[in-house]
Amino acid sequence: MAAASQGNNATAAQLAHQMRVAERPSAAHEKEASVRFEISDLNFYYGAKQAVFGLNLKIPKNKVTALIGPSGCGKSTFLRTLNRMNETIRNTRVVGNILLDGQSILNMDVVKLRRRVGMVFQRPNPFPKSIYDNVAYGLRINGYSGRLDDLVEHSLKRAALWEEVKDALHKSAFALSGGQQQRLCIARALAVDPEVLLLDEPCSALDPVTTAKIEELMFQLKDSCTMAIVTHNMQQAARASDFTAFMLDGKLIEHNETSKLFTTPQDPRTEAYITGRFG
Amino acid sequence: MERHFERDLEELKQRLLWMGSLAERAVHQAVHAVLDADEHLAETVLGEEDAINEMQIEIDDRVQRLLALQAPMAADLRFLLAVSRINGDLERIGDQAVNIAQSAMRILRHPQVKPYVDLPRMSELAEGMVRDSLNAVVRGDPELARSVLQRDDQVDRLRDQLFRELLTYMMENSAVVFAAFELILVAKNLERIGDHATNIAEDVIYFVAGRDVRHPALDRR
Repeated sequence: MAAASQGNNATAAQLAHQMRVAERPSAAHEKEASVRFEISDLNFYYGAKQAVFGLNLKIPKNKVTALIGPSGCGKSTFLRTLNRMNETIRNTRVVGNILLDGQSILNMDVVKLRRRVGMVFQRPNPFPKSIYDNVAYGLRINGYSGRLDDLVEHSLKRAALWEEVKDALHKSAFALSGGQQQRLCIARALAVDPEVLLLDEPCSALDPVTTAKIEELMFQLKDSCTMAIVTHNMQQAARASDFTAFMLDGKLIEHNETSKLFTTPQDPRTEAYITGRFG
Repeated sequence: MERHFERDLEELKQRLLWMGSLAERAVHQAVHAVLDADEHLAETVLGEEDAINEMQIEIDDRVQRLLALQAPMAADLRFLLAVSRINGDLERIGDQAVNIAQSAMRILRHPQVKPYVDLPRMSELAEGMVRDSLNAVVRGDPELARSVLQRDDQVDRLRDQLFRELLTYMMENSAVVFAAFELILVAKNLERIGDHATNIAEDVIYFVAGRDVRHPALDRR
C-alpha cells in the first residue's frame, strides 16, 4: 500500500513537472521558434540627424513583438524601416542589415516587400471606396485572378469584421465606426496574405471595447502572421505581445519575453520607464 | 516629482510594518505569559487579536485598490504581490501567538513541568527572525533576508529537542502529561512562527531582486 502510494506521488510530481515545463514560455522556446526578421547594426538618419543607433534585434516568427519607449525614441522610425516606408520621406538613409527570412530587404523589390510586410497605422485610413473595394484593392493591383468575393470574405472574417459588414459590403468605408475602419484596414492588409504585420499604435484612437477586439484579433492571427506593434500603452504591450523591446534615444535598451520584461526588467532604465519613474 | 502612487506605496509599507509590530509584540507577550507565568499577558494577546485581523483586511483592501487602479509593473508589481503574501503571514503569526496565549492559560493551571531552558532560546530565535524579516522589508535588504532563512533550521532543531525532552518527562510522570503536551504545542507554534518569518524573508528577496527562492529544488529559469 505504501509502495503504491509512493508510486502515485511520484507520478503526480512528474505530471506537475511536465505541466510546468509545457506551460513555460522559455528562452529555449524562443531559440526554437524561427526568426522572421533579423536586424543587425541598424542605423537610421533623417538627413544629418540620426534617429536609430546600432540596433540589433531578432523578431521571431508567429509571435507578437511590442516596441515600447517614450515619444521620439525611434520606435515608429524603426518599425517603418521593416517595410521601407521611411523611403517615402526625403533625405533619409539606412545603414545596416535587415534580413527577412534570411534575405536582405534593402535590395528587395519594394512592392513585393510591402506585400509580404503589411502595415496598419495609428489612424484608420480607409480608401474613399466601398468596404468591398477597400479589401479587394491590394488583390487587384497584385493581379489576383481568383474569386475575389471569397478572398474578401475570408479577409474580413480574419479581421473579425465580417459579421458586422456582410450586408453592407458596397457601402462607403467611411460609414463605419473608427474601430470598424481600423479592422477594415487590417482586413485590407491581410487580403494579400502578408507574412508580417506592422502595427503602429493601432488602438490609440479606439475605445477599450474595440481595443480588446483588435488585441484578440492579434492573438488569433499569430497562427499565420508575425506581428510587431508600437504602443504607448504598457498594459496593451503586456497583454498582447510575446516579446517586448524597450527603446530609448534611438537605442534598443532591453529585449525579453514580455512576462519577464514587465515583472523583472534587467536594465534600470527599463524599470524606470515601465514603473512611470522616468526622467 | 513624487507621484501619489509612490506615496500610496510608502503608506502601505508603513501600515504593513505597524501590523508587523503588533504581531511581533503578540508573540513576545504570549511566550512570556508561559515563561513568566503571567496570565494577564495571555489575556492581553487575546484582546489584541482583532486589531491584527482588522489590519489584514485594511492592507488587503489597499493592495487590491492599487493593483486595480494603478496597474503596477516590475518592482511595484512585485512589491504589491509580496505585501499581499506578507500580510497573510503576519496574520498567521498573530494566530500562532493567540494559540500560545491559550496554551499559556491552560499551562498555568498546572505546576511547572521543568525549568524553561530551550523554550526561551527558541522564542528568542523565532522573534528575532520575525524582527529581522520585517527590518529586511523596511530596508529592502536581501542579505538580511537570507540570514533569516539560515536560522530556520536552528528553530526546527530546538523544537525536536524540546519534543524529545518533554516526551521523557511524560513517560516518567503521567501527572505532567497535560502541561507537557501544551508545551509541545507552544514549541510547535514557535516553529510555525519561524516558518512565517522565512516566508516573509523570501518575499523580500522576491520584491527586491526579482528572484523566487521559495522552492530552490524547482527549476524556474
